[in-house]
Amino acid sequence: MGERELKIAVSLVLDEHVTLSLREMCRGCGLPGEALMAMVEEGLLQPQGPSPAQWRFAASELERVRAALRLQRDLGLNLAGVALALDLLDEVRALRARVRVLEQLLD
Amino acid sequence: MEFKDYYKILGLAREATQDNIKRTYRRLARKYHPDVSKESDAEERFKEVNEAYEALKDPEKRAAYDRLLSGEWQAGQEFTPPPGWDAGFEFSGGGFTGADAGQFSDFFEALFGGRGRRAGAGLRGEDHQARVQIGLEDAYHGATRTLTLQVPEVDARGRVTMRPHTLNVKIPPGITEGQKIRLSGQGGAGLGDAPRGDLYLEILFEPHALYRVEGRDVYLNLPLAPWEAALGATVAVPTLGGTVDLKVPAGAQSGQKLRLKGRGLPDSPAGDQYVVLQIRTPKAETSEHRRLYEQLARAMPFNPRERMGV
Repeated sequence: MGERELKIAVSLVLDEHVTLSLREMCRGCGLPGEALMAMVEEGLLQPQGPSPAQWRFAASELERVRAALRLQRDLGLNLAGVALALDLLDEVRALRARVRVLEQLLD
Repeated sequence: MEFKDYYKILGLAREATQDNIKRTYRRLARKYHPDVSKESDAEERFKEVNEAYEALKDPEKRAAYDRLLSGEWQAGQEFTPPPGWDAGFEFSGGGFTGADAGQFSDFFEALFGGRGRRAGAGLRGEDHQARVQIGLEDAYHGATRTLTLQVPEVDARGRVTMRPHTLNVKIPPGITEGQKIRLSGQGGAGLGDAPRGDLYLEILFEPHALYRVEGRDVYLNLPLAPWEAALGATVAVPTLGGTVDLKVPAGAQSGQKLRLKGRGLPDSPAGDQYVVLQIRTPKAETSEHRRLYEQLARAMPFNPRERMGV
């Protein structure tokens, strides 16, 4: 491994502080704008801004799109099913974190 | 390579109907889908299940595979396909559907050939993902981690080989569990001049001896002596940012939650640290101890079960 390989990779934390335009979202997940618009229609993505040209997506939504694509491809879900699954998965994650905290309190 | 028993992977008998295979596959795919399952080997199991289904869902492939099975191969046994094993069947390079065929094993490839790249993936390199476990201290202070990932690469002969890929990743202070970091251009190589894909890192926290985390808030159990709780006290409390003094009010009770504002994981605004009080009872180990407890029992009118009506 040369020294070049060990330089620090250019990284972006996908959290709420970073926002992406529709174009950046398309580039990030390899989907055409129409596909992302359909996800917005379904309520799966919630960009800020009045029209597609001004939309700003939270960077965390990029991962949401990628997860949506995996679920569609692997489980044959339609968009409404994917949106429901992602909402429920968010809830499960939050509940698991809560359970971990509460379990400690019972120790 | 190892022989794989696809029926065993799906938990099915060899006589299973095509319908049954499909139903079982659907159920297992949901169960082990890496986005859904929390089991640590979910990704591995998911790949296996997909591969098994790819082999068994097509009656032609299945018939050829069944003939191999009747040759008494055992799962895990060293395996080389006998010459002409697939004579009379036609499926080489046959269209892969759905599943990510790039993920299948050498065993599958030796039998059914042509790991086609997923259709529609385009020229851009594939995105890769990996999980990184970090300590809570690293999440608080930020850290630089050197990662070595095994990256699948397609060589000139179209075979998939694994290549180690080392890179340094900067983890900023205040990252939370489950958050993703995107490393641009660190994914799979594109075809020709097309750009490389990206690498997505998912952050997981190592379990901590003292703290639990919910979002950016940190929880700590704080043991207190009965007199500290009854009389109030200022006690030293560990936080991720260092020790702080906490004023415990007089009359504190077990389970009571005190908040240290802004002492959780950093951000704008930072999370809080919640300190949950736990009153510990010292054992009466000497006659002096016993005497003190007895004195207390006489002097203090206190029935902790008052509200139970017993």
